[in-house]
Amino acid sequence: MSNYMDIIASCQDKAGGIIEAYHAIQKEYNYIPEEALREAAKAFKLSEAQAFGVATFYSYLSVKKRGKYIIRMCESAPCHVAGADEVLKAMEAYLGIKVGETTPDNKFTLELTECVGQCQATPVVTINSEPVFNVKPDMVPGILAGYK
Amino acid sequence: MAQEYRVLLEHADKINPESVAEYVKVGGYKGLEKARSMNPKDLAEEVKKSGLRGRGGAGFNAGMKWSFVPQYPETKYVVCNFDEGEPGTYKDRIIAQKNAQALLEGMAICGHAIGSNNGYIYCRGEYPFVVEMLKNAIGNAKESGALGEFNIEVRMGAGAYVCGEETALIESIEGHRGEPRFKPPFPGVEGLWRMPTVVNNVETFACLPYILTNGAEWFAGIGAKGYPGTKVLTLTGDIENPTYFEVPTDYLLRDVIYELGGGVKGGKKLKAVQVGGTSGAFIPPQNLDTPIDFDSMGAIGAALGSGAVFVMDESRDIVDIINRIAKFFEHESCGQCTPCREGTHRCKEIMEKINTGRGSLKDIENLKVLARVMQKASLCGLGQAAPIPITSTLEHFEYEYLRKLV
Ligand SMILES: Cc1cc2nc3c(=O)[nH]c(=O)nc-3n(C[C@H](O)[C@H](O)[C@H](O)COP(=O)(O)O)c2cc1C
Ligand code: SF4
Ligand code: FES
Repeated sequence: MSNYMDIIASCQDKAGGIIEAYHAIQKEYNYIPEEALREAAKAFKLSEAQAFGVATFYSYLSVKKRGKYIIRMCESAPCHVAGADEVLKAMEAYLGIKVGETTPDNKFTLELTECVGQCQATPVVTINSEPVFNVKPDMVPGILAGYK
Repeated sequence: MAQEYRVLLEHADKINPESVAEYVKVGGYKGLEKARSMNPKDLAEEVKKSGLRGRGGAGFNAGMKWSFVPQYPETKYVVCNFDEGEPGTYKDRIIAQKNAQALLEGMAICGHAIGSNNGYIYCRGEYPFVVEMLKNAIGNAKESGALGEFNIEVRMGAGAYVCGEETALIESIEGHRGEPRFKPPFPGVEGLWRMPTVVNNVETFACLPYILTNGAEWFAGIGAKGYPGTKVLTLTGDIENPTYFEVPTDYLLRDVIYELGGGVKGGKKLKAVQVGGTSGAFIPPQNLDTPIDFDSMGAIGAALGSGAVFVMDESRDIVDIINRIAKFFEHESCGQCTPCREGTHRCKEIMEKINTGRGSLKDIENLKVLARVMQKASLCGLGQAAPIPITSTLEHFEYEYLRKLV
């Protein structure tokens, strides 16, 4: 696992590179830890408030600790009419958590998202950004069992 | 019978999108060669003459937009809008995944016209696999010399719909919160790092190699006169073939659904179709015999927008869908201006009330007032367009609202 200091340093020369740095940090840690935010603020010559303001503007970025696998359920209209609500309920029931929460073993975090651009096979969930297509409620246990 | 007409997607799945060599075999990079043999003014003029209008939603003539860019500043930018956040839309992903080199070539053509060697592609954060592919395609194009001096860097968005708005996108590349700027000045004069910047959509750029290779007249002769060329559409909802198609722009909406789309799923009747993504108007069945081009859609109070076509069958609950859409806009409003921040919130609140059977006629009146204020007073297109699904369904599907009132 590369250190967030190295990641920030590698983006520092890019004008406006703080969002690239956040992406790279999140790829390693699944979220942006507070210490990393502070370092990014220093490196990009922003106040901590500004660096925090950038990170929290974007819904794909998280400043809250998350699990190993981030499940995002698309709830935009095409997925909505295809039954996203039922899939979400099945996810919550299987994982024993509500949207926005992480399982006690830190394995899964469940989130909602707007359209992820895979609307040829609704409803869609992404798991660590990989799309899973045409998800039906009864498929949920089988899909999630594949993530160790 | 109405058929697809493939220009951008002619060689889809037959060539490797990362490979310049394969793209050149099917005629690639001839357009750039031709463009570079022309002087920049003539090049912009040629593109203007082709009638190519922006594919990102606003429908502005591309050559005309370039002609506003002042010549003298040394640093200028070519920015590709690959934010593609409009729900139900994935056509830019398809164009990139099938024909990435055409996008790169188109950006370099624009670079020659405005005198810039600095390109950026702003790709939405939900497409990390496309970002990897694009980086490889750019690497291959640089190595092979196909792009010459023109450079392209890929930047990632991070899940903010408003960053598709061109000035918010610029703010985001600069590393800021994606809050739209007041216009004017327009990006063509003062854009990325306050330098002149052309922002065009993926599909707009990808048309350029074909325009240069085959000539402006050829392009101007395809499809609708006022909005020539082809358009890539994505079909979603209750449709037999939920996939993408490339059609000439004079193609009828009816044929999109009943010919290419294979009809409403399960042979059900059509209730409504929403074209252009979540900010588009809901179109009733009696308006289906309309060509999909920008102006024809405008004439029926709708918009071509991103080219998303969302089909709803007779069993669908319009108010429930509008409620979902209202939540989308509440979530995506950047909060910078009051009419949109408050307006999207109140719209959502009232829609929720009506959808759960607690609404009254007074609520519908309030929705109409809110919509007017938002359309007139919001700073950017998000707040201006957010009420359109509400107003268009109140116009065509009012009974759906009335039957849910207390
Ligand atoms: C809220 C909002 C979202 C937008 N999203 C996109 C988008 O995802 N992709 C896009 O190309 N244009 C989008 N636009 C339009 C852009 O502001 C701009 O008009 C377009 O990128 C110009 O390119 P074009 O002339 O080639 O269409 C959006 C506009 C608004 C107001
Ligand atoms: S209209 Fe909405 S999205 Fe646009 S600037 Fe105002 S608050 Fe932000
Ligand atoms: S609407 Fe769910 S992926 Fe596009």
